[in-house]
Amino acid sequence: MEDNRVIKTKDVNFYYGKFRALTDISMDFEKNRVTALIGPSGCGKSTLLRLLNRMNDLIDGTRVEGEVLFEGMNIYDPDVDPVEIRRRIGMVFQKPNPFPKSIFNNITYGPRLAGLSDRVELEALAEQSLKQAVLWDEVKDILGQSAMMLSGGQQQRLCIARALAMKPDVLLMDEPTSALDPISTAKIEELIQDLKRQYTIIIVTHNMQQAARISDRTGFFYIGKLIEYSATEKIFTRPDIKQTEDYITGRFG
Amino acid sequence: MTRRLKEIIIKRIFFLFACVSILILGLIVAFLFREGIPIFRIVSVRDFLLGGEWYPTFDPPAFGIWPLIVGSFIVTFLSTFIAVPLGVLSAVYISEVAPRPMKEILKPLIELLAGIPSVVLGFFGMVVLAPWLQDTFDLPTGLNIVNASLMLAVMAIPTISSIAEDALYAVPREFKEASYALGATKSETILKVIIPSALSGISTAVILGMARAIGETMVVLMVAGGAAAIPESLFDSVRPMPASIAAEMGEAPFRSEHYHALFATGIVLFLLTLAFNLIADYVSHKFRETGSGTL
Ligand SMILES: Nc1ncnc2c1ncn2[C@@H]1O[C@H](COP(=O)(O)OP(=O)(O)OP(=O)(O)O)[C@@H](O)[C@H]1O
Ligand SMILES: [Mg+2]
Repeated sequence: MEDNRVIKTKDVNFYYGKFRALTDISMDFEKNRVTALIGPSGCGKSTLLRLLNRMNDLIDGTRVEGEVLFEGMNIYDPDVDPVEIRRRIGMVFQKPNPFPKSIFNNITYGPRLAGLSDRVELEALAEQSLKQAVLWDEVKDILGQSAMMLSGGQQQRLCIARALAMKPDVLLMDEPTSALDPISTAKIEELIQDLKRQYTIIIVTHNMQQAARISDRTGFFYIGKLIEYSATEKIFTRPDIKQTEDYITGRFG
Repeated sequence: MTRRLKEIIIKRIFFLFACVSILILGLIVAFLFREGIPIFRIVSVRDFLLGGEWYPTFDPPAFGIWPLIVGSFIVTFLSTFIAVPLGVLSAVYISEVAPRPMKEILKPLIELLAGIPSVVLGFFGMVVLAPWLQDTFDLPTGLNIVNASLMLAVMAIPTISSIAEDALYAVPREFKEASYALGATKSETILKVIIPSALSGISTAVILGMARAIGETMVVLMVAGGAAAIPESLFDSVRPMPASIAAEMGEAPFRSEHYHALFATGIVLFLLTLAFNLIADYVSHKFRETGSGTL
């Protein structure tokens, strides 16, 4: 029997120093699905996302309890290399953060570090990733120019392309459209729909319509706890828990 | 109405103070040029700058400061060569690598280095480094280019380190996160993202460190050896411009040719430091324009 659950968290508690930001999170993330994480500001969505590729390691004084299994392996095991995890679980941030380098060098940064050095292969990879991120037509003639000259929406798609160039298994996205205009947002949503055929996507969003439009499963968080987690359709039409319903309908408070 | 009046008065006062400092600077520069220019009635600018002989008290005197210029440049560049790796690497270490307690010890320690009076460094160079150099390399004198460069490097390190550190610190956290998220290690992130992003700021640090070294007087006066000749090896003595001015000004009769020649040397020195500062300013402005990712 094939296990469709790429990532599983088991009774995870997460601490920033003494402050417990996540409490007893047990959650499965399915392959080739889009999972949305929703909830009010400060409830721990970003924390959970960053926990899944060990980005929280970079913050001093953090501590994890419980297990995060990626393809059956606990990524917090002492002999797991976080670099390896981050290569397989990519991340797109809320604010577009291209490097102050050329577009081409932005895309090939990760693959080069991973050992790819053949120019032809790198060019092919750049083209493929940019096409996947629906940015190719806009930048194919200016690959040598600084990524800083692109618009915010283009920068964000560049960041997605950059993450895709690593050919990750999972893509984590933290409010990837919160800084963008409706047209760029629509483009990125469309892109996510396309990408899920190949990737497992976990996305944090504050936009309820967005969660409803693009995700298959939705988890609702409140003050560090997973309140309800099931199929998106169910969450948005007949949630089991009153808190979830209140949040989704905007009657929260 | 009265509030506006207050604003206007305060603005005027600040303007006045700004004017005073600019005025003083202007007066000094004017004075420097007034006392220096007359030497060019005796030697041409070309002969003054490129002349190989500096015998200001001979009869007839020779006013060629080329050996002094060479001396200045050679100790400046050699000291930069020593100070840049040390200053930049310590900045990288402090801002990116060191654990917090270490950071809190190292930072003030390096700043303390900047607080050592240059005469003390000169003293150290004379009494400790010079005999050691002389014995170890079997030299006629330990007061030479190497000694002066090492001491100047010690002076330039804190300048370079603290400005470079500011530049590294200003690299947005987003760049680092992006790098780590793409599977880079810490050292890869430092080498490929953080240092390149801070490069203009680091260059500024280097140029200002050089400006500091070229204008420094006491150290070169005490440990460079004082020979006004073009050096043939790094263990030769030199007489950098500031050392020459400081050593000779006391003996040069007021408004004599020698006196004017020393002021003209001062002009050259002034223009060089000005150039260094302008370059540093230009580089750091370029940095600001392409600094961080924006929407
Ligand atoms: N670096 C940190 N150090 C200490 N506490 C933190 C840190 N980052 C987040 N927190 C705390 O952890 C809690 C969860 O933060 P998190 O960023 O995960 O929330 P979020 O759900 O992503 O919120 P938002 O929707 O506003 O992005 C908050 O109470 C926050 O104050
Ligand atoms: Mg967040």
